[in-house]
Amino acid sequence: MELLLQQVMAGLANGAIYACMALSVVMIFQAIDHLNFAQGEMAMFSTFIAWQLIAWGTPYWLAFAASIVLSFVAGVLIDRVLFRPVQKAPILSQLVAFIALFSILNSSAGQIWDYTIKTFPTPFGHTPLLGSLVDTHEAAMIGVTLLLLVLLYAFFRGTRLGLAMRAAAANPESARLVGVRVGWMTALGWGMAAAIGAVAGMLIAPVVFLEPNMMIGVLLYGFAGAVLGGLSSPAGAVIGGFAVGVLENLAGTFIPYVGQELKLSLALIMIVIVLMFRPSGLFGRSVVSRV
Amino acid sequence: MTTTIPKDDVAVAPAVPAERAVRVRLGPRHLIIAGFVVAAFVVPLLSSSFVTFQLTEVLIYGLAILGLNLLTGFNGQFSLGHSAFYGIGAYTAAILIHNYEVSYLWTLPAAGALCFVIGFLFGLPALRLQNLYLALATFALATAMPQILKFHALEGWTGGVQGLVVDQPEAPGFVPISDDQWLYYFTLIVMLVMFLCAEFLIHSRTGRAIMAIRDNPIAAAAMGINNSLYKTLTFGVSALYTGVAGALGALAIGFVAPDSFTIFLSISLLVGLVIGGVGSIPGCLFGGLFVLYVPNIANALSTGLAGAIYGVILLLVIFVMPAGAAGFVRIVVARISRWRQTSPEES
Repeated sequence: MELLLQQVMAGLANGAIYACMALSVVMIFQAIDHLNFAQGEMAMFSTFIAWQLIAWGTPYWLAFAASIVLSFVAGVLIDRVLFRPVQKAPILSQLVAFIALFSILNSSAGQIWDYTIKTFPTPFGHTPLLGSLVDTHEAAMIGVTLLLLVLLYAFFRGTRLGLAMRAAAANPESARLVGVRVGWMTALGWGMAAAIGAVAGMLIAPVVFLEPNMMIGVLLYGFAGAVLGGLSSPAGAVIGGFAVGVLENLAGTFIPYVGQELKLSLALIMIVIVLMFRPSGLFGRSVVSRV
Repeated sequence: MTTTIPKDDVAVAPAVPAERAVRVRLGPRHLIIAGFVVAAFVVPLLSSSFVTFQLTEVLIYGLAILGLNLLTGFNGQFSLGHSAFYGIGAYTAAILIHNYEVSYLWTLPAAGALCFVIGFLFGLPALRLQNLYLALATFALATAMPQILKFHALEGWTGGVQGLVVDQPEAPGFVPISDDQWLYYFTLIVMLVMFLCAEFLIHSRTGRAIMAIRDNPIAAAAMGINNSLYKTLTFGVSALYTGVAGALGALAIGFVAPDSFTIFLSISLLVGLVIGGVGSIPGCLFGGLFVLYVPNIANALSTGLAGAIYGVILLLVIFVMPAGAAGFVRIVVARISRWRQTSPEES
């Protein structure tokens, strides 16, 4: 029982990382209707910018805010400059453009800041909580993820802009007819996803350490979480992210013989089994297509 | 699309053989393909053994991309899991040669058959999933594969993290060519046979059913196509192609290790598919060329920024040819024929 509780808590702490990432994945999915393979690298780049600002002597929170603003602007620019020209291209070609962006960001970060592992500060400290089941930073990470979720929920459900963004992603032609500026909604979606990615990156970096490849694993888990929860549901993505973290830890601990070595595979296989029964994810709405 | 002529209208049937005759007539397309085939046979006689080895790899990637293309381009099912099938094919060849001393000729059918069965079985759960959800399921397969290959209980077979060394095929005594050239010609012939089979498959009744499912699954089902059967079979055939490519890859490199078959291989194949042209059979070879040479070119330009240069090249190619090389060629050909039609009137 003690072990179970401990593993669940450790899983939740990991899960908070994945949930952060899954949330930004779903955000951009809502805005542009595609999975962004470069999401993790964008978050990594934002985190490096914050790290550079801190290294130059900027206070933590100022660097935090500056990185979010810069990421937002960069996200908008990426959409306007890189993805506008391929908007009409087939989906698979757009996917390859994401892969290209991934490669460019990863390689440039390595060139600018090199591949040595750097520590990233946390304002929350690492004081143990709840009988050393989690520490303060992990608790803060869970808290910030949930806070972001609430803010996003309020934004998408409660504001005109949020409604316009949802309309632009769901049905661009009709949205344009009722006066929504679809192109700018998409750009805004990119900006927001980049900003959320920046928050996620800065929360994750103290745990996994800062280096150009830090996000690859996290992004994959984030995708798994987002898909498990359902790509149409931000809350589902967060729950999915936590679930992936807990599943992975429990599979590693409690499934004898194969557990530790194959825990990632086992977690993914469990997700695929869940998808067999819920093909649109746990909380996703199934899309009814018109014939 | 298949014709929907009722049986009473058999009187119209003579139209069909006429169409056949048109298709068999040699056009410029056939001449160009024949030219490429001749060039493919001559090049290794003139090039260094390293270039021959690289070209062998191009053919192998082309074959693997063709496998992915059959599934994604012609049947509309998305896969990030083809690195797993490539890995299974490679390991089948390696284990048969290393542990059981089977002749390399027999490893290809074995790898193909095993991958067909695994692909078919994987196609069953895939029936329930669409688009991104299918991408995740196949992604799970790609992530699991290196871990399974490293798994300690299978080390006796797979060699664990160390991998396996594979005895490479040697040129038989009666032909005066080097081992590299022999391997190249062997790969070339396997590739040509499999490309022809794919061409025939796509232009058959089965092929039209496969494409109908991609274009409109509901309409396809309404015309009496068994969607589940064709989708799972396509998954199997696709895995077969990629598996045979994997076995050839093991023979060419002479070594297999779990970390050669990660998700990044799947992504490379996907890039090759898109650059070559989704739904184009000759395009796969162009994809193979891109996958092998462009990273090398990027690396030669700048070691530190190789990834960035690769990304920029990739973006430029997508900007210039959004529908891949095959789509680009199609546009150019259409332009030329339009220009030919209009120019005599002007003169």
